[in-house]
Amino acid sequence: MQIFRTLCVGFLGLAAANLLAMPSVQAAGKTLEIVQKRGHLKCGVSQGLPGFSTPDNRGKWTGIDVDFCKAIAAAIFNDPSKVKFTPLSAKERFTAIQSGEVDIIARNTTWSMHRDTALGVDFPVINYYDGQGFMVRADLGVTSARELDGATLCTNQGTTTELNAADYFRSNGMQYEIVAFEKADESVAAYNSGRCDAYTTDHSALYAQKLKLSQPKAHIVLPEIISKEPLGPLVRQGDSSWNDLVRWTHYATVAAEEFGVTSKNLAKMKLSSNPSIRRLMGLDGSFGANLGLSKQWAVNIIRSVGNYGEIFERNVGVQTPLGIERGVNALWTKGGLHYAPPIR
Amino acid sequence: MSAKTWIPTPARPAPANTVGFVGWARENLFATKLDSALTLVCAALIIYLLDVVFGWAIVDASFSGEDRNACLKQVQGACWPFIDAKLGQFIYGRYPEMERWRVDWVFALGLIGLVPLLMPKVGFKRANVIFMLGFYPLFAFFMLTGGRFGLAPVDTSDWGGLLVTLVVAVTGIVGSLPLGILLALGRRSELPIVRALCVGFIEIFRGVPLITVLFMASVMLPLFLPDGVNFDKLMRCLIGVALFASAYMAEVVRGGLQAIPKGQYEAAAALGLGYWKTTRLIILPQALKLVIPGIVNTFIGLFKDTTLVLIVGLFDLLGIVQLHFTDSTWATPETHITGYAFAAFVFWVFCFAMSRYSIFMEKHLSTDPNQ
Repeated sequence: MQIFRTLCVGFLGLAAANLLAMPSVQAAGKTLEIVQKRGHLKCGVSQGLPGFSTPDNRGKWTGIDVDFCKAIAAAIFNDPSKVKFTPLSAKERFTAIQSGEVDIIARNTTWSMHRDTALGVDFPVINYYDGQGFMVRADLGVTSARELDGATLCTNQGTTTELNAADYFRSNGMQYEIVAFEKADESVAAYNSGRCDAYTTDHSALYAQKLKLSQPKAHIVLPEIISKEPLGPLVRQGDSSWNDLVRWTHYATVAAEEFGVTSKNLAKMKLSSNPSIRRLMGLDGSFGANLGLSKQWAVNIIRSVGNYGEIFERNVGVQTPLGIERGVNALWTKGGLHYAPPIR
Repeated sequence: MSAKTWIPTPARPAPANTVGFVGWARENLFATKLDSALTLVCAALIIYLLDVVFGWAIVDASFSGEDRNACLKQVQGACWPFIDAKLGQFIYGRYPEMERWRVDWVFALGLIGLVPLLMPKVGFKRANVIFMLGFYPLFAFFMLTGGRFGLAPVDTSDWGGLLVTLVVAVTGIVGSLPLGILLALGRRSELPIVRALCVGFIEIFRGVPLITVLFMASVMLPLFLPDGVNFDKLMRCLIGVALFASAYMAEVVRGGLQAIPKGQYEAAAALGLGYWKTTRLIILPQALKLVIPGIVNTFIGLFKDTTLVLIVGLFDLLGIVQLHFTDSTWATPETHITGYAFAAFVFWVFCFAMSRYSIFMEKHLSTDPNQ
């Protein structure tokens, strides 16, 4: 027994020492160097989320989050294919980034204070503004979530979704009844069979689940968004320059959209006399060098994945099966929230 | 006077209603009123279910198409084009398409080696075993991982689908049986330290769920390892699954060992056999034969448990089917039902085959003349 106890204490001590020692090991701040030396980026993605990271018929990953990693690879290597995607479960994602198994996670992770401050990770930027919404049958005649008084809601068990809905209904003085299910597929099936009046989950997921209904066109997504789910990539805490690189990769795509630079008109835009565009294209100044990249970094990004608008439209936009409107994900100039600080 | 021989009249045929199908049915299906009622209810149920399944899988199903539009009919049935389009993914995962022939070779050679091994009548068992346990694992390892002999390296994170299911299951099965036998022998050993170690190992692994073992291997282990040391995720799972299964196997084998009468040990000792010879020649052949159902049961359980590797981000057959549900070009109300039906069918085929083979082996090895 004594031996056993000693062993246990020893093991725990070792584990604790390892855990404590970790930040100092990881804080070396050389991610870019490591990635360049390795020759490819290691990117953690979801285990399948429509429009964000999902494999096509040939197993190639596609989606907004996937394009984000491709953009970083393009910025570093001028080759968007130099990414290795690792699908991570929700539970193992934080360990994967801490242990260095991946360099960046683009896994539609909500940026929350707890995650940012307590888990040893940093959220450099928000690349998709999501939030909880409602879907109802069109023939119900409801056009706003405020009219859902007395409704029965289908949702997933034990998620913040359930709590958000409760908060929303209570603060608006409305009656409601929640029918919660273990899995999203079950909730959708229940809603499809008429078990509830409305289905609630994150907005982007509503559009994805809508496709699984027997008559998708007979259902509408209500405009209200009742919670904030800012989604963004995350990196290990303590490497500011890597943080900068990730942040400015996103801003380059947003700035490109703002200036009308697309993957198709790059050649023409190179002749532009607009100083903002010239700086973005690396024709003036040395903005790439400050990130440890080439002058062409933004051009490489845009050539490979396009500007933010192109990325959005290609993966989740109205032309795709998901058919999500830009809404809050439009540029600030068009009433949305995407705003890139000036490149100068 | 001629002797009259008594010639019995030839036996009359049995009454028409006791022979043939009618007779069988009268005896087995309609013997009493209750039996008749049960038969009719069951028949109605079977016909109803067959109708539902047939209608869903054949009549209302879609068979061709390039995307979800093919499966959006008014009356909805199975969405087979989804399976057709994704079949390559379901079998190989993200294994590069140019390199899939390597997986095919491993599958084919495995089959060629396994089938004669499983048939008792085919000879050359020794050569066959050496081939399957010596050459084949090396062959499969180099073929699948590549990086040598001019083969392009393929990272295990690109493996998926049936390939991963089979790799995990086969490694688990092949690894757990010998390890389980050793643990079972160790648990009955008279050497206290050996016994304590074996009991400890078995009880620890049986005391935690497989999910915990996999989770430890994939999430906790990297935190304890020094920075930069990172060994393959699939490898971690293989070891975890094999150790886990061997603990269960040990208990199954121990059941067999305990069923061997003491006289067998004494007889072996009387012949002057030592421990290892007694075990190898007298005890194990009898003990293992006794527990074939238990062993195969563990194998089948293990085969199905492979789906748990999804929790650590590996995509086995079920995992990759689920992954492809998220492809919005194929999202329809029927997609996931079809996908689950397909995965269930594949798992059933493998498990059913194992179960039938176990019954065959039991009969073949049986020394009981009444069977």
